Amino acid sequence: MDLLYQIFIDPFVQMGTAPDLLVQTLWEGLVSGVLYALIALGFVLIFKASGVFNFAQGIMVVFAALTLVGLYEKGVPAFLALALTVVVMLGLAVLVERLMLRPLVNQPDIVLFMATFGLTYVLIGLGEMIFGGDPKVMIADQLYLPRGAIDVQMLGGFVSLQKIDIAAAVIASLMVAALAVFFQKTRIGRALRAVADSHKAALSVGISLEQIWVVVWFAAGIVALATGIMWGARSNVSFALEIVSLKALPVLILGGFTSIPGAIVGGIIIGVGEKLGEFYWGPLLGSGIESWLAYMIALIFLLFRPQGLFGERIIERI
Amino acid sequence: MFYREAGQYKTSYAADQAIFPVLQDRLGLIAILIVAFVVIPLSGNEFLLQAVMIPFLVFALATIGLNLLTGYTGLLSLGTGAFMGVGAYACYKLATVFPQVNILIWVVVSGFFAAGIGVVFGLPSLRIKGFYLAVATLAAQFFLSWCFIRIPWLYNYNISAAIEVPTRTAFGVPVTGPTATPVTRYLVVLSIVVAMTWLASNLVHGRIGRMWMAVRDMDIAAELIGIKLYRTKLLAFAVSSFYCGVAGAMLAFLWLGAAESESFNINQSFLVLFMVIIGGLGSLTGSFFGALFIWGLPIVLRNAPGAFGLSITAATVEHITFMVVGALIVFFLIVEPNGLARLWQIGKQKLRVWPFPY
Amino acid sequence: MRARGQVDVAAGEAILSIENVSLAFGGVKALTDVSFDIRKGEIRAIIGPNGAGKTSMLNVINGFYQPQQGKITFKGKPRTKMRPHEAARGGIARTFQNVALFRGMSALDNIMAGRSLAMHVNFFWQLLRYGPAMAEEVAHRRRVEEIIDFLEIAHIRKVQVGRLPYGLQKRVELGRALAMEPELLLLDEPMAGMNLEEKEDMSRFIIDVNNQFGTTIALIEHDMGVVMDLSDRVVVLDYGRKIADGTPEQIKSNQAVIDAYLGVAR
Repeated sequence: MDLLYQIFIDPFVQMGTAPDLLVQTLWEGLVSGVLYALIALGFVLIFKASGVFNFAQGIMVVFAALTLVGLYEKGVPAFLALALTVVVMLGLAVLVERLMLRPLVNQPDIVLFMATFGLTYVLIGLGEMIFGGDPKVMIADQLYLPRGAIDVQMLGGFVSLQKIDIAAAVIASLMVAALAVFFQKTRIGRALRAVADSHKAALSVGISLEQIWVVVWFAAGIVALATGIMWGARSNVSFALEIVSLKALPVLILGGFTSIPGAIVGGIIIGVGEKLGEFYWGPLLGSGIESWLAYMIALIFLLFRPQGLFGERIIERI
Repeated sequence: MFYREAGQYKTSYAADQAIFPVLQDRLGLIAILIVAFVVIPLSGNEFLLQAVMIPFLVFALATIGLNLLTGYTGLLSLGTGAFMGVGAYACYKLATVFPQVNILIWVVVSGFFAAGIGVVFGLPSLRIKGFYLAVATLAAQFFLSWCFIRIPWLYNYNISAAIEVPTRTAFGVPVTGPTATPVTRYLVVLSIVVAMTWLASNLVHGRIGRMWMAVRDMDIAAELIGIKLYRTKLLAFAVSSFYCGVAGAMLAFLWLGAAESESFNINQSFLVLFMVIIGGLGSLTGSFFGALFIWGLPIVLRNAPGAFGLSITAATVEHITFMVVGALIVFFLIVEPNGLARLWQIGKQKLRVWPFPY
Repeated sequence: MRARGQVDVAAGEAILSIENVSLAFGGVKALTDVSFDIRKGEIRAIIGPNGAGKTSMLNVINGFYQPQQGKITFKGKPRTKMRPHEAARGGIARTFQNVALFRGMSALDNIMAGRSLAMHVNFFWQLLRYGPAMAEEVAHRRRVEEIIDFLEIAHIRKVQVGRLPYGLQKRVELGRALAMEPELLLLDEPMAGMNLEEKEDMSRFIIDVNNQFGTTIALIEHDMGVVMDLSDRVVVLDYGRKIADGTPEQIKSNQAVIDAYLGVAR
């Protein structure tokens, strides 16, 4: 009886008695949701355009951030380092296309998925070898990212909004808007969607798979870089981020693997759900439930809607 | 010329359906078993046993488990580490609560606990398909990892949150704990793995294997010929998790002598998945190849610089190992997506017609 | 095999009746108010232009799609909802337009898979293999080899089906359906993509199955020569509606059918 009260009544009472804390928690959830969404966005880009689930997206985020910080530590001025990192991500996209995607064209999706596992391990080893395994500090100041917080008085208390979080939300929204327009309106965007549907068919209408893939992996690399900068500015840059990126999976499940707006919605749902769960129900169960809560949320959603929130209903034609 | 089957005619269906119909295969298998049971223990090389053979066998068993689920039935699972953990902790509780029962019995029984948990996390397979189902297994992985730390009862309230394996004997000889010799532990692990491989082989070559493969290849068609999808999938989860659970119990009790939540984390799941992929999806021999390759390669890489007289820091070797393993995964997928098992078959084909090219 | 509530049907009586069945996907009406029956022991052809709803009709009979309206009576037992594996248990087997074989398995294993319903030896014995499991395996293997001989595919039975040419794949698929020892066999364009010789072979197999095993056959086919030669009765669909039903001679001279589908002989 007492347990039932603790699960079903108490957390809501807590929410009611300290609404400013609720808003704070919701805000934190929103922010982490936006960052999850950014990671998910990278997945969506590549999946939408090549049908490949790029497991290495997470490590690309870490790698991009590390390259940026690493260059800066070597004495390269901040914005030049940023430009060079962009070039590095382009180089990475070209290499991945030549050495991995081209030899595996037309193979079933599971094979390509597993290849990205291999890519992940290569990048982990390479990253650790070049940059070392210690956590690094993101060069947020040098990139003119805002510091400090804004305290908003509301609901009997106050809510503290970190300026960097607001910046992250703004940058993420801009990116999403740009990408959505890119996919829907431009010629290359259409070609990307064609490639995602069928490699063979796209080839037969003269779409150059190689160019498309370089474009899309490069775009994913840029998204990874932006994600890395934002994540790194909030907490440090380390290889632990790699595991966090697995959280993109529940986001993708909710939002669909091919929907850009879906990635945002899914990210926010997961982020908010996770934070709320952790803050209000966490003490009941013991700490650390955020390690699995996102996956459970996704699992429960899937049981009701097996194709995800925005996913396309798979109609099997026999 | 060495592998010619000409002249080996079968006169009954039973003989035709034997698992090793070709004589050379049977001889090869006997030779391997002799080497495994006799030659290796006699060599007495402790490093070989403790650092290579025992973990190789333990992971081979886990790889077989995952292969049954992912390779034969087509259900991708990222929760292998957690299921191994369930076996390990179950075995620990059973061994400490009932110390008088033979530990080998508990090692096998702990598989049933893992099977039960596996079925629970396989229940979503009724509604969810393919890649989405993998997320259910991810939920299992992270949730169970959390449980391994957050439920102190599992590790008998030990302060270090780890399980320390007590000394247990079987037939008068210590098999677990600090006094058990590597040779003893190796022979126990080998026996269990050989027995369970034989059982898996029987399953896979009969009606149940066909049902699993039918579900993998085209589940709609499988339904149409009368196969009950749900039961078949849950059976796959159960059997697969059983194997992983026993592997986990052996990892804790017969290899490391201790274990904690980190021993069964997501990286372990990936490791076993790589073994399945490299070895070959849907192949039991491939499971052994994959486990040997993924486990043995880093060892070779770690020791190679020393052997060549180069001095490279351990950390750098670690990094290079990651890169080489990753690159090799990509390489294998390009060259032979069906893994080492297929390469082995192609090799045998070449032997069949050698010295002719085809 | 007889499920609860089903009756044994005498030859000539309707083994399957479709009454006023309608099926729609979203806004697309696949079938509208279709009624016909299939008599035990006959070969019934379902013909019509592409998109007429023929495959949807088979999918409804076999339990894949649930019609929004209408009634289906199989072996005397009416049912509104049936899952595919229940259809299989009831004695309905089918083949597909796009061959639905298990590509990772050999032809022999595919056909052995068709015996799944009849194989009962439990899990424990399967673990041991030698003993009851092997005995059952061998007994069913004998039956499957008979089917393989009948279909003349003995030379490729150990080959992985993904590697076989299309015509042989279709034969293996027929073999798998036959392995279920069905009372009603649904064939979806069994001759598609075959040359004359292959069509003659397949026709021969279909007639033999009907004669030797007494299996009732419903078949979708575009080749009019085949339809006229093989079938006892024909039902014609167009845009999801039934436009004719009768013997091949009656259909050939039916004006509505000629307008919709057959065209005029020059």
